[in-house]
Amino acid sequence: MLHLQGLSKTYKTGDTALSDVSLTVPKGQIMGLIGPSGAGKSTLIRCINRLVEPTSGKVLLGDTDLVRLGKGDLRRQRRRIGMIFQEYALVERLTVMENVLSGRLGYVPFWRSFLRRYPPSDIERAYRLLDRVGLMEHADKRADALSGGQRQRVGIARALAQEPELLLVDEPTASLDPKTSRQIMRLLTEICSENNLPAIVNIHDVPLAQQFMQRIVGLRAGRVVFDGPPDQLTEAALTEIYGAEDWNAMRAGDREQAAAEAEAQARMEAIV
Amino acid sequence: MSVAYPTTWRRPPQIVKDRRWRIALQLGILIYLALAISTVDVNWTRVYDGLERGQRFILGFLQPDFASRWRDISQGLVESLTMTLTSTVVGVAISVPIGIGAARNLAPRWIYYICRAIIAVSRALQEIIIAIFLVAMFGFGPFAGFLTLSFATIGFIAKLLADDIEEIDETQAEAIRATGASWLQLVNYAIQPQVMPRLIGLSLYRLDINFRESAVIGIVGAGGIGATLNTAIDRYEYDSAGAVLLIIIGIVMVTEYSSSYLRKFLQ
Repeated sequence: MLHLQGLSKTYKTGDTALSDVSLTVPKGQIMGLIGPSGAGKSTLIRCINRLVEPTSGKVLLGDTDLVRLGKGDLRRQRRRIGMIFQEYALVERLTVMENVLSGRLGYVPFWRSFLRRYPPSDIERAYRLLDRVGLMEHADKRADALSGGQRQRVGIARALAQEPELLLVDEPTASLDPKTSRQIMRLLTEICSENNLPAIVNIHDVPLAQQFMQRIVGLRAGRVVFDGPPDQLTEAALTEIYGAEDWNAMRAGDREQAAAEAEAQARMEAIV
Repeated sequence: MSVAYPTTWRRPPQIVKDRRWRIALQLGILIYLALAISTVDVNWTRVYDGLERGQRFILGFLQPDFASRWRDISQGLVESLTMTLTSTVVGVAISVPIGIGAARNLAPRWIYYICRAIIAVSRALQEIIIAIFLVAMFGFGPFAGFLTLSFATIGFIAKLLADDIEEIDETQAEAIRATGASWLQLVNYAIQPQVMPRLIGLSLYRLDINFRESAVIGIVGAGGIGATLNTAIDRYEYDSAGAVLLIIIGIVMVTEYSSSYLRKFLQ
């Protein structure tokens, strides 16, 4: 269980990214974090594993307050938190297997990771995860030889290799096409429910969030302005999160796109 | 309906917009050039003498004599090659930690400043100056040359490596950090894969620079093929000097081709 208490972050430039955010994510819950860009979604999830140092507040994972930890303790706690990134963030020149095994870095001594001599249980787990995400035969390929969707699957396997108690997911589908996006979201939700794993998912695509999330938190200018199940995410709530102007523009954009798509489809049918 | 579009177009002036100023500026540069050239004092009779000497030089090169000084040449060559290889290996080995320390995104502030200072000192002192200094310290011979080239290699490789590390894709490093990796593991998993091909390319390039430099620093007494060349010229044996130069050109060409082939292979 993750517990955020009064989490705030003000950058050195004076920009306040988060102010007084308090949230609880129970075991097994998949929580979507939506909001306009600059609302502090990225900062929020990076404050949890302290890739960004929060200015004040508490991050309680189980009984441990992550904000107070020293370097060594922080490394040990980071093992409990898997992270999945927008641009996959795989190490491009390493093989798929090395990328998955890098999820074990916090558990093994330096010499083992340097010589790539991981314990047999780690290797077995890595293969099992690769099989789970459907990339068994790609284990020895270099990460940059894979397609976007495949790379994100490796990213998921790497995060799971940590045997995490929490998943942080930063815009998992922003660089993927709509169909692959849905496949990745389905895989993520399946894996979370298989392992009863809580997850916080930053997501800018509202329909996708409504389709896959159990709970949605809306962030605006660093504050929580909505917190509830997806079916309570009404027009009014979305207007509150995105601001009237932006929300209308987004909706108009969606409508235009849908219209253009329908038109293109009609034209294609006419040709065939 | 039809509009008469212009048929000529000239690129608008980018720096000085005013035409009169532009002409004045160009004229000024010309006058300065003429005045500057007129102050160069040329002794034409000396140039004429030199031409004759140059002719002997070139004739010597056209008839290179590998045989009569072969023992000196081969000894100098072996010295130079040994110096080149050892100094590159040692230099690169020392450069790697210094380069990592000089990368702003990896090292704490105080280490960063120390490593950048080492690089600055190594780059500020030209090879010949270091060679003169080290020959004075350790005596004539290839050991001084080896130290000189190692020292020069540190400035070169460490700086370029540090700049390269500063330009890596940070998200890959962030992802490795997020797994709970230690600093060493971060360097090994996120940094090394990103900079390794370039580090190897730079080392090969430095190998070939070091060979050329070994010929130059030999002239100030740091051993190697340069010393052989210097002796040959001092003795007016231009045919032997020609042979030495041809060998240097040959070896530089071989390293050039093989290193570009290796770099392509590594990409």
